[in-house]
Amino acid sequence: MWLLKRTGFYLLVGAIVLIAVFPFYYAIVTSLKSGTELFQADPWPKAPSLDNYRNVLAEGAFMLNLLNSLVVSGAVVALSLFLGVTAAYALARVRFRGRSALLFAILSVSMFPQVAVLAGLFELVRMFGLYNSLFALIFSYMIFTLPFTVWVLTAFVRDLPVEVEEAAILDGATPWIIITRIFLPLMWPALATTGLLAFIGAWNEFLFALTFTSNDARRTVPVAIALLSGNSQFEIPWGNIMAASVIVTVPLVVLVLIFQRKIVSGLTAGGVKG
Amino acid sequence: MRQRVRSAWLFLAPMLLVLAAAAGWPLARTVYFSFTDASLSDLDARQWVGIANYVSVLRMPSGKVIYDGLLLDPVWWGAVWNTVRFAVVSVTCETILGMVVALVLNAEFPGRGIVRAAILIPWAIPTIVSAKMWQWMLNDQFGIINVVLINLGLIDTKIAWTASADTAMAAVLIVDIWKTTPFMALLILAALQMLPREIIEVARLDGANPWQIFWRVTLPLIRPAVMVAVIFRALDALRIFDLIYVLTPNNAHTKSMSVFARENLFEFDKFAYGSAASTLLFLVLALLTILTIRVGRISLEGGR
Repeated sequence: MWLLKRTGFYLLVGAIVLIAVFPFYYAIVTSLKSGTELFQADPWPKAPSLDNYRNVLAEGAFMLNLLNSLVVSGAVVALSLFLGVTAAYALARVRFRGRSALLFAILSVSMFPQVAVLAGLFELVRMFGLYNSLFALIFSYMIFTLPFTVWVLTAFVRDLPVEVEEAAILDGATPWIIITRIFLPLMWPALATTGLLAFIGAWNEFLFALTFTSNDARRTVPVAIALLSGNSQFEIPWGNIMAASVIVTVPLVVLVLIFQRKIVSGLTAGGVKG
Repeated sequence: MRQRVRSAWLFLAPMLLVLAAAAGWPLARTVYFSFTDASLSDLDARQWVGIANYVSVLRMPSGKVIYDGLLLDPVWWGAVWNTVRFAVVSVTCETILGMVVALVLNAEFPGRGIVRAAILIPWAIPTIVSAKMWQWMLNDQFGIINVVLINLGLIDTKIAWTASADTAMAAVLIVDIWKTTPFMALLILAALQMLPREIIEVARLDGANPWQIFWRVTLPLIRPAVMVAVIFRALDALRIFDLIYVLTPNNAHTKSMSVFARENLFEFDKFAYGSAASTLLFLVLALLTILTIRVGRISLEGGR
């Protein structure tokens, strides 16, 4: 009976791991197949080749798309952390009227359906001449990175001991000094977590990137992959698509596996989906 | 103290300004556009048309009366039905499967770390990439899923999973459940690990079997955390766009409210009509949010 239970348990564990990992494994396998082999559903490549990777990196603007994604995600992380830290200090440490209402308003922004702001953002982006530029993306991504950054950082600052800050106030430190000299060094764990989640969110975003850019050179990777097409309408370059997919996913998977614990704690603190 | 409050507002101002410019103002403009006849080619040449985008009544000279507008558009209601169906089924499945995975990960066994790392992979993969990966696996001609099912003798002919009317929604659900169950599992696992071990020990000493312990002790204790996760997921599922847009393009059987709105805004040159759809989607989600926060009494002070 005990043995039966153990076996059942490990079968379940095996099934979970297989289902979780297989699709990505199969994408890697497909990306290494070329020619007619692509169209045989073997679970491993018989003659592995890097042709698909060569094609993707040589053809079109994929390298540029990668660079765009990196620039946008990096800028989004920097900006939302800067705005988040200053706001979190005020929200966590200073009692003022309307603080709960403000926190509620910020949280409710993260529940926005992004389509609801799409029309208004489009007008704004065109008005400022930002259409088809990376600035439009950096600006619009604040909608989903800023609320949870502020939320998580506020919760973190609130848990820091008050005594350090009081000592600094007695010494005549200004709020700016308190933030940069006292809180910032203590906040690295929370900054790493929220920064990583903001990076992943920006790296994966599709709707705004699809709507606010119009040519190959300005697209980010998700849009480039979604629109990757072959020479004719009927010939979908599956090998290239899988190679591109693996290229953009591997760094993410590595990051996530390295920072596992941080990400899990960040997710549970913010209750956000990446 | 007053000085402190003033500097607090100073520190808050940049963040609030950015949020107002990126979220508040555009939302207000979307609502405004929904009461006009703006078109994508010329946003400025617009006129106020009242609620005509939502519902309009046209009396023809012949005496015939034509009703029109979003609220009478069968395509819109189809999108509403698709979205609701998707949200209910996906969130239910993700909660149940997430609970199973969380209970497994909460047990002590060798290799637990590897399993936890493995289930993070679907979560880490960008939605567009998962959509493409599964589109390939579900491909009617060359997809591995059809090949395996035929070899096992479960189906006779290959199924066009993402294209055919009967299976397109199932395909979307499979991919979403695969991708999002890890998120649910991690949130539930965090709640499980906060439980004091003694409570479960006591129940076991009292002679309760594992089944009873789960239903009578564990589940009631983690219910608040699970509810928060379910609400977040439900709100997320109701605004689904990218997975459906990429996995099952132009399919009336999976078209969600978000896809409907974007289609009208930027592809059909019905900017005002699309704005009206966006506004309705926002209203539905706002109402749901307020309702759940009221009912669930989620603490805004982060549990303090």
